[in-house]
Amino acid sequence: MQYSRTLFATALATLLLSACGGGQESKPAVGIDPQVYTDSLFAVMNADRTNYTKMIIGRLGPAGADSIKPHEYWEDLENGAPLPAQMFRYGAEAVAEVSSDFSYSLQSLWPINSQNAPKTELEKEGLQYIVDNPGKNFYGTEALGDTTYYTAVYPDVAVAAPCAACHNNHKDSPKTDFELGDVMGGVVIRVPM
Amino acid sequence: MGKPGIKTLWWGLWLLGSLALAAWLGMSLLDNDASKSAFLPGAMTHGHHQIELQCSACHDEGFNSQEVLQNACVNCHGEQLADARDSHPKSKFTDPRNANRLANVDARYCVSCHVEHRPELDVGMGVTLPMDMCVHCHQDIGEERPSHQGMAFDTCASAGCHNFHDNLALYEDFLLAHADEPWLSERPRLTPRNLASRMSDADLVALIQGSGTPPADKTVPEHWDGNAHAEAGVACTACHGDADQWVDKPAPLQCAQCHEQENEGFLQGRHGMRLAMELSPMTPSQSVLNMHVEASHRELTCISCHGAHDFDTQKAAVDSCLGCHNDEHSNEYLRSSHHRLWQAEKRGELPPGSGVTCATCHMPRETHGDDVLVQHNQSLTLRPVEKMIRPVCMQCHGLEFAIDALADPHLVEKNFQGKPEHHVPSVDMAVERDKAREGKRGPY
Repeated sequence: MQYSRTLFATALATLLLSACGGGQESKPAVGIDPQVYTDSLFAVMNADRTNYTKMIIGRLGPAGADSIKPHEYWEDLENGAPLPAQMFRYGAEAVAEVSSDFSYSLQSLWPINSQNAPKTELEKEGLQYIVDNPGKNFYGTEALGDTTYYTAVYPDVAVAAPCAACHNNHKDSPKTDFELGDVMGGVVIRVPM
Repeated sequence: MGKPGIKTLWWGLWLLGSLALAAWLGMSLLDNDASKSAFLPGAMTHGHHQIELQCSACHDEGFNSQEVLQNACVNCHGEQLADARDSHPKSKFTDPRNANRLANVDARYCVSCHVEHRPELDVGMGVTLPMDMCVHCHQDIGEERPSHQGMAFDTCASAGCHNFHDNLALYEDFLLAHADEPWLSERPRLTPRNLASRMSDADLVALIQGSGTPPADKTVPEHWDGNAHAEAGVACTACHGDADQWVDKPAPLQCAQCHEQENEGFLQGRHGMRLAMELSPMTPSQSVLNMHVEASHRELTCISCHGAHDFDTQKAAVDSCLGCHNDEHSNEYLRSSHHRLWQAEKRGELPPGSGVTCATCHMPRETHGDDVLVQHNQSLTLRPVEKMIRPVCMQCHGLEFAIDALADPHLVEKNFQGKPEHHVPSVDMAVERDKAREGKRGPY
């Protein structure tokens, strides 16, 4: 599949430069592979999520100091804390508030909330692909409404034992035999072309 | 010659009339104080009718942008939606994968469901509301939840089970956590207010002490001794200004100097929303509810309920409300068990916080850190009624009873004299489904 090589340079360049505290001078637009763009976004998302899971939930949760209570309805608990998947979704919602240059979501073939099941044909194909091909990502384009999107699907792996245990025991989970290291779902990043 | 002359005269009159009409409309538009009623395409809903002539409140400077309208909605209601953990935030619908859903209901914009200037579409919620909003996305719910099979499409939000935005008291785990509660708690009692302790802040103390002295001809008012302000040492000049700037009648929002949070709530509610829009204070004659005729032209400010110098919170909690409100729910209060508790508390037969007043339910006490504040936006939990469950009903009652009681409009009208006619099976269904877990629990 041939993809445009001149997409979204400004957005990513601005993001990186602003993070360094610079970027006030205008730069000529240069091309960037959309796959590099989505891979970069996923790298940040995945790093943050893994760090939250291990450094906050793991260290302060029931498996560690037991001083916070990770829970789906954390806001109604004293010392409640959002689950890693919820932190991820809050990030996606916050991004959606400020940008339409890209969007992302956490989906699964075995979703706890059925609204998080794949909906588009490409999502279904991509989520099946990452389950059938562990360690590989999936890329494609699709038309939704009147816009064509570059869509990338990345495996969402159970990085800690509680990830699998929580899904296996949740009353709404259609799958109850996840193990550590399993692909439990996928991160879908979508960029308008 | 005669006929063309008459024709010319008619044309002249038409032209003159048109010019006069255009001039009048133009001046009405440009004059901020002129009535804009001629431009209203239709009456507003209950929620907005008080400010219907303040077009800019919603339309800002123009009428050509959906975003302007959306921003107006969010400016006034966004904070409440966030506090309610809105179940359907805009971000749920901006995801491109929901593009096909937006073709049915463009839920990115409030006005897709809440249409204005069409009050005939109001189904009793204060704003217009389509009855089929849920089915567009959740038509398959019967497959996922067999217990929901056969339920009518318009019952999701009308049977006391779900709301589009606020499900704080209705989500499944909350139902389970409160499944076995008795209808009335063992020690129904309100949290005591601690307003006085909040007034220890140095800036507030300076405000309370005022500056300068009152004019020599001013005397201590009749109801001053013993009231909360007198006991707190509030100087006359704190509200009226010193001798040089003394005003006999302080501005309507003078109280906000010290009571900032209370004032913020007041301005967000129906009583204060006109003042928030820099209009004259609301009067009962502007209400869509039944009001006592003799109260029609009372202006609603802080002192309307609290009094100018007695600041009697007992009076403000019941008598002030019933001095204006004359609908069945309000009048039935005097025959309710809630009112009997209030009378017993006032007689000293029950401990403080045992009685239930109008303010107990419509101006609930909220805990913010160490502060216990009275929410002065009395409209905040009115609709949908389930918003009242957690901050109000559950202070004394069990969840299941509260859901049943609020879902019975006849019981609400009778001010909760009697028992709910129907049982809403939400808690039963949650418990039944939980049994299917066979004792499995996650690590958290």
